[in-house]
Amino acid sequence: MSKALYINYEKCTGCRLCELVCAVKHDGISNPTRSRIRVMKWEMEGLYIPMSCQQCQDAPCMNACPVKALSRDEELGRVVHDYDICIGCRTCVSVCPFGAMSFNAIDRKVIKCDLCEGDPQCVRFCDRKAVDFMSPDDVSIDKKREAAGRLSKAGKQASALVAEL
Amino acid sequence: MPLKRKIAYINLTTGEIETKPIPIEVRKKFLGGRGLDAYLLYNHTKKGCDPYGPDNALIVSGGILTATCASATARTHIMAKSPLTGLLGSANMGGFFAPEMAWAGFHHLVITGKAEKPVYLYIHNGEINIRDARGIWGKSVTDAQWAIRDELGDQEVKSMVCGPAGENLVAWANVMTGIKNSGGRTGMGCVMGSKNLKAIAARGTMDIKIAHPVEALEYNKGFIDHITSAKVNQTQGTLGTPFIWGATNSWGGIRCRNFQYNQCEYADDMEPERIDEICEETMGPYHMAGCFGCQVHCRAQHKIPSGPYAGRYEEGPEYTSQGAFGGETDTPRALTVLVGNHLVDQYGMDNLETGSMIAWAMELYELGILTKKDTDGLELTFGNDDAVIEMIDRICFRKGWLGDTLAKGGIQASEIIGKNSFDYLIQVKGMNNLHSDERATPGLALNIALASRGSDHLRSRPAIDLYHLPEPVLRKIYSTPIPYDGPLSSEHTEYIGKPWQVFWQENCYMAVDCLGICKYHTVFLGATLPNFEHWPKVLYLNTGLEMTPEEIWEVARRCNMMERLFNLREGLTRNDLKKGDMLNHRYFDEPTRRGAPDVVGRVIEKDKFIKMIDEFYEYKGLDKEGLPKAETLKELGIENEPSHLV
Repeated sequence: MSKALYINYEKCTGCRLCELVCAVKHDGISNPTRSRIRVMKWEMEGLYIPMSCQQCQDAPCMNACPVKALSRDEELGRVVHDYDICIGCRTCVSVCPFGAMSFNAIDRKVIKCDLCEGDPQCVRFCDRKAVDFMSPDDVSIDKKREAAGRLSKAGKQASALVAEL
Repeated sequence: MPLKRKIAYINLTTGEIETKPIPIEVRKKFLGGRGLDAYLLYNHTKKGCDPYGPDNALIVSGGILTATCASATARTHIMAKSPLTGLLGSANMGGFFAPEMAWAGFHHLVITGKAEKPVYLYIHNGEINIRDARGIWGKSVTDAQWAIRDELGDQEVKSMVCGPAGENLVAWANVMTGIKNSGGRTGMGCVMGSKNLKAIAARGTMDIKIAHPVEALEYNKGFIDHITSAKVNQTQGTLGTPFIWGATNSWGGIRCRNFQYNQCEYADDMEPERIDEICEETMGPYHMAGCFGCQVHCRAQHKIPSGPYAGRYEEGPEYTSQGAFGGETDTPRALTVLVGNHLVDQYGMDNLETGSMIAWAMELYELGILTKKDTDGLELTFGNDDAVIEMIDRICFRKGWLGDTLAKGGIQASEIIGKNSFDYLIQVKGMNNLHSDERATPGLALNIALASRGSDHLRSRPAIDLYHLPEPVLRKIYSTPIPYDGPLSSEHTEYIGKPWQVFWQENCYMAVDCLGICKYHTVFLGATLPNFEHWPKVLYLNTGLEMTPEEIWEVARRCNMMERLFNLREGLTRNDLKKGDMLNHRYFDEPTRRGAPDVVGRVIEKDKFIKMIDEFYEYKGLDKEGLPKAETLKELGIENEPSHLV
């Protein structure tokens, strides 16, 4: 089964290297507005969340596109965009629930994550693997383990409290 | 191209703004960042200008690599004549400001004059506006930044600001960006305050074309792998700089009780593991943040666990805050360090200078030079946590006689306090030393005596001297790119070879500051990290500029000499205790009282120390008085300064 981009925002350090390498890889230019992945920040909470295309199964962008410029590539598990068909109406930008469809105002065209043909540069450069590329089967297993760990810790604390009482 | 980024000249008195390209010959001579700032400062200020006055030039910059596809090009550099020292003022900070300014079209700003009312600058895609800042004047460092975002209606704006300390003209006020990224030392925030300039906001969406993007991307990957493979960076990326505390303190390299001891006892409460433990509940298992494009991510995140600031999000504390609010004042408790760190970040003042000034005042109080009347009843004794926190507040808001006096800076304060208070002030060129004690390390002592911005470790410290590396390893590092066949010693207590090491480090750090990258990416804490031989390629692939390692070395030497020329013009003389290359007498007269066997009982031997300075001057091309020889200036191509190329 094709791999998927998996974002664990708790690991993100907010450095935005993913934005830089995405723009350089696709356009040969350093400019975050050209990046397909963007890190949203709540600085006063120390919270950084990378946002990118989720390659939705039932993709709103695909459904909404009036000229069918967007289609599903089953091999790489992604939604692909065909510039030859695209009329630049930005309907996909409006309907995307994640804001992951962007409009590059410099070249006047929509941009989205294409998973770098199976070797996503954001993943390759992220030392913390806050952005990872893995089989969808594995996506939630680490999270399950972490959550289970928290439950177990809470359980121990609860029993300690009971013991104190 | 990054080489197309411009210089803007902004006169706050008249409101005139002029932008100019940076000629390629200027780039080749000074690259960018700190080096070009030094050139601009020398050319745009006049001898003896008042650092608090409109004639002082505040220069803000990114390096030549800023916002390119190189690793960690996050650094913003700020330069002006220092209100603290009357000599060179210089500050360097991480974060996201300089890259944003580069995407907005600028690499250097030269700000002169003084605004009539509080203003801030808004730099947006090639344009610069001067805007009313009356509504944000008085706000804390973070509140000011968020207020600017709200006013501009853009949450992606990055700002550098001065806090209340800068507005109140505290002589060592910082420039700040983000939560805790600090342009510290020498009072650059005070210069902002003196110009009625509350902030500079930047937002850019302009392209920076990479000269060879495919190769640059690949080279960057290798560069990052190189940097993250170093154990020292892996540890920094987990614990932040406080990981150094345990080793240096137990070894005996920390100033305690101002300068009475070289080790702080019972300091485990300040260890990063302990701070993580008490803050874990609020931040979760991952709690490190990074500056732009950096995979070292050395900024720890926490929420203050208890006390009046409980629940406040903060970053750090750095090793320097441990020393400033725990070590020097002998208050080695986590909460004191966390709260002290939080206050200086919010007020925008230098943690090192603040801690050092408080510790100095505490020693004067202990000696009876300051009395309870001078402190308005405050029991200013070592170990008094509340007094440390109270003094931070009093200095920032210039409350009471003592708060107001200390805020003027060490030398001025010592002249007001009188008696022999100056003898206890651990400073060089008017800037206090950080919290480290260099009596057992002549190489490090030489570094702080010669640093161009006053007693400081980030100008030329051969920090790897403490690792006792084998001589061949040292020789490989210190012979790149210029062959060195003189002596080198693996012993930190030795005097031989150290002048060359300090000279080499001075050029290494200058090169890094011109490129605009972080010192954790070069030979500072890690001996294996990149240096001169790695930079030509990253420079070429990103900017297209072809330079050899030797040429970058020459640029660094030239820029360091520009800083020296500025200091000499403003009154530096070799042996002047207030404006020279000389240490406080206590380094020579008072032996260390604590620490490891090769640390305890040591002083700096003055005759040997003076010989080291002579040797350093020779490498640098200075005469015995510390003045540049005519042939040195000619060799470096700066014999006709100021030359007004830009």
